[in-house]
Amino acid sequence: MTTPLTPPPKKDPQKRTVSPTRPPEMRSRAALGLTAAAADGRFQLQQCAECGKVQYPPRDACAGCLSPDLPWTDVSPAGELIAETTVRTSTKLYFRERTPWRAGSVKLDAGPTIIAHVHGDVARGARVSLLNRLDRSGQGVLLAVPLERTPDMEDDPQMRALSSDPKHRRVLITDAKNPNAPALAEALAAAGSPIIFVAEPEAWLPYPGRERLLAVPGVEILPMDVTDTASVQKLAGEIGGKVDILINNARFVRPGGVLARGDTTFAREEMEVNYLGLMRLAQSFGPGMCSRTADGVNSAAAWVNILSVNALATTPDYGCFAASNAAAFSLSQSLRAEYRSSGLRVMNVFVGPTEDDWHQPLPPPKVLPEGLAKDVLRGLKEGLEDVYSGDVAKDLYERYRRDPKVLEREITMGNEGA
Amino acid sequence: MKRQSYDGVAIVAPFSTPYQRYSIETAHWWIAAGLRGSLKAANLKPADLDGFTVSSFTLFPDTAVGLTQHLGLTPRWLDHIPMGGASGVVALRRAARAVQAGDADIIACASGDTNHIDSFRQLLSSFSRFAMDASYPYGYGGPNANFAFLTDRYMTEFGAAREDFGRICVAQRANALNSPNAVMKKPLTLDQYLNARPIADPIALFDCVMPCAGAECFLVMRVEEAEKRGLPYARLSAAIERHNAHPEDPIQLRGGWTMDIDEFYEMAGCGPEGVDLLQTYDDYPVISMMQIEDLGFCGKGEGPVFIRDKDMTTNGDFPHNTSGGQLSGGQAGAAGGFIGLVEAIRQVLGQADATQVANAKRALVSGFGMINYDRGVCSAAAMLEAS
Repeated sequence: MTTPLTPPPKKDPQKRTVSPTRPPEMRSRAALGLTAAAADGRFQLQQCAECGKVQYPPRDACAGCLSPDLPWTDVSPAGELIAETTVRTSTKLYFRERTPWRAGSVKLDAGPTIIAHVHGDVARGARVSLLNRLDRSGQGVLLAVPLERTPDMEDDPQMRALSSDPKHRRVLITDAKNPNAPALAEALAAAGSPIIFVAEPEAWLPYPGRERLLAVPGVEILPMDVTDTASVQKLAGEIGGKVDILINNARFVRPGGVLARGDTTFAREEMEVNYLGLMRLAQSFGPGMCSRTADGVNSAAAWVNILSVNALATTPDYGCFAASNAAAFSLSQSLRAEYRSSGLRVMNVFVGPTEDDWHQPLPPPKVLPEGLAKDVLRGLKEGLEDVYSGDVAKDLYERYRRDPKVLEREITMGNEGA
Repeated sequence: MKRQSYDGVAIVAPFSTPYQRYSIETAHWWIAAGLRGSLKAANLKPADLDGFTVSSFTLFPDTAVGLTQHLGLTPRWLDHIPMGGASGVVALRRAARAVQAGDADIIACASGDTNHIDSFRQLLSSFSRFAMDASYPYGYGGPNANFAFLTDRYMTEFGAAREDFGRICVAQRANALNSPNAVMKKPLTLDQYLNARPIADPIALFDCVMPCAGAECFLVMRVEEAEKRGLPYARLSAAIERHNAHPEDPIQLRGGWTMDIDEFYEMAGCGPEGVDLLQTYDDYPVISMMQIEDLGFCGKGEGPVFIRDKDMTTNGDFPHNTSGGQLSGGQAGAAGGFIGLVEAIRQVLGQADATQVANAKRALVSGFGMINYDRGVCSAAAMLEAS
C-alpha cells in the first residue's frame, strides 16, 4: 500500500537545495515515438502494418517480416509481471539518489516483454497495466501499475516523479481577471495545492470573480502584470522560490485577421501579453524553478501555458490573435528544450473557443472554465506535455495530425470574399 | 550439410595478464600486453603473425583495423569480434577455419579492456541501442538488474534458493585462491555470500563480477606449424555458436546451446560424461546454472539439485571455472569471454600449475554474451582436447 505523502516541512534556508539530476535522456529516433505518445497521454507501441506483430523495443524494421512500416498503434497495456528486482545501487546518479528502485519484466498480452518501472502496489507476479509517462528527462517510459486503482497510488514515489501532481505543490496563476482563474484555483485547491498565488494586473479596476477567488482556500492575490517587466521581476523576487507550478493564463484576445484591422495596435497588445508576457515570466521565474526540481515533495514540477488551439492552424476570424499564440507556442517549444536539462516540464494546454465575451459570435461547443480547469488538472496529474481542451481543440488536433495542409484549407474555406 | 571437423587445428600459447581493479592504461596497452605474452610463450615475433582477431569494449574509436597499425601487425586475415562473453569461443572457431583453409598460418586471438574510474558507467550508457532505449532508463541497474530478472524468474520457476547460486560462487572463490592472477584473494563462505550487501534483489554483492582491467590471448595455427616449432598444443574437437535463440521465450531460462547441443556432442565424439572440466561464462551464477543445464549435464531446472552434491573445485568431482572465473578472478571487459577458454587451454596442456585438474584431457568451454536488451543474445561452446 502506498504511504500517503505528508505536507513538506518549511524549507530551511540554511540547507543546500538538492541539485537536479536526471534519468538517461538519449534515445534512438524510433524510441522517440514512445515519447511522442506519452506527451499527450497515449499508450502506443509499434505494430507491423504488414504482419501485425507488436514490437518492443522500438525498431526500424519488423522482427517478424522485416517490413519497415511500423506505425505507433494503440495496443492493450495489460500484461503480467513475470520477474522483478529492486535496484539498490546504480551508476546513474538520478537512480542512485532514489534507491531502492523497483523494476520488472512485464509480458504484455499483445506480445512483447517490456522492462518497466513497477509501482509499489503491484503484487509479485500480478496482472498489471502499463502507463506511458514522461520521466524527468522528458522521455516516455513505462510504469506497471495495478489493474485496479489503489488508495493514494499517485503518491508512490515512482509515479509521482512521472507526474506534475499539484498535491502539496504551490501554484502561481497569472491574470486573476481571466474568467478561468477562479475555476483553476478551485480545482487546484481541491487537488491538494496548499498555496495558490493569483497575479492581479491593474488592481484598481474591479472585475467579476475576485470574491470567488478569495473564497478558495490557500488563494493569495498579488499584484503583477505580464506586460510590465518590473512587476514580473518584483513578484518573482518575492515568491519565485515558492512557485512549484506556474500557470500562464494571461491572454489578450481581439477578433479579426489582417485586413479586418486598420492598424497594428491590437496586434502589439496581443504580442505584449500572449508572447512577450510568456517570455517575461520565463526570464523571471524560470531559472528559480529550474533550480528547485529536486527540492523534495514540493519540488518545482511544471510550467503551464494556456494557448489557443489556433496556434496550430489559424482562422481569419481571429487571425492576429492566433498569430500571437503561434508565436507563444513556438517560444514554448524553445522553453521546453531550455528547461529540459532541469527536469521542469512545459505543458501546453490548447483550448478551443472559450465561453467568454470575445468569442460570443462563435457557435458552440465552447470551453467552460470548469472544463478547462479539469483538463489542466488531468494534464498535471498525468505529467503531459500537450493537452487539448474541449471538443473543438480535440477535433482540430486530429485533423492537424492527419494533414496540416488539408486542415489549413478546410478551416479557412467558406468565406466568399470579393 | 554436416559441419566439417576441426582436425589439424592447434591451439597454443595461452596467456593471461594479472588483472587490476582500476588501471590508468588503455585497452590498446592491455591488448598489447596480452599479445606480447602469447608471442613470447610461443617464441614468435609480431611479424610472424599473419592473422589477428580482437575483442574489446574500451578500444573506441579504434577497432581491429586501428590496432594493426598501432601494434605494427600486417595480417592477411583480420577480425573484430564484438560478442562479449561469447567472443573467445567465436574467435577460436573462426581462426580455426581460417588456418584450416590456409587463409592464415598463425592467428593471435586477443582480448582485453581497461577499467578507468567511471568507465563502467560510460560503457553502460552506450552499450546497445535497445539497452539505451528500453532497459537503462528503468533504474540504470546495468547487467545487475537484467540478471536479477533472470535470477528471480529462475528461482520462481524452478524453486531454486540463493544457496544454490552461492555454492557456485563459494567453489569458484576456493579455486581463485590458487590462481595468482585473480583479483579476489580472500576466502568466501556461504554465510558471507548469503549475508552480502544486496545489489539488485535477489542479486547480492558476491553474485556480481568486479569490473577490472586485463587481457587474455592465445594463438591458433595448424598442427604441423605447432609441431615444427615444438609448441605444445590443444585440439579443438567441436564448436558451436548461436545468436538470438528462442526469441519467443518471454524471459530467458535457456540459451542458444539447446539448439545445437546434440550436434556438438556428436562432433566431439563424447557426451557430458566424457568432460573432465567445465568452464562456463559466469558473469552471474544463474548463467552458469543455465549452462550446466543447457550443455546437458542435467535437465532444465535440475541445476540446483545437480550441483548440491558436486564438488566444483579443481580437486572435486565436477571441476568448474578452475581459475576462479570472472566471479572471483574479475571481469576484464571482453577478456571475460576469454578467461575460461584460456584457462581451459592451460588445463589440457597441463600448464595450469596450482589450479591444474588431474588428468585433464577434455575441457568444455562455454561462452555467453551481450545483454542487448533483456537477455544474453550470443551463446557458444567449444570442446578442447589434449593432443
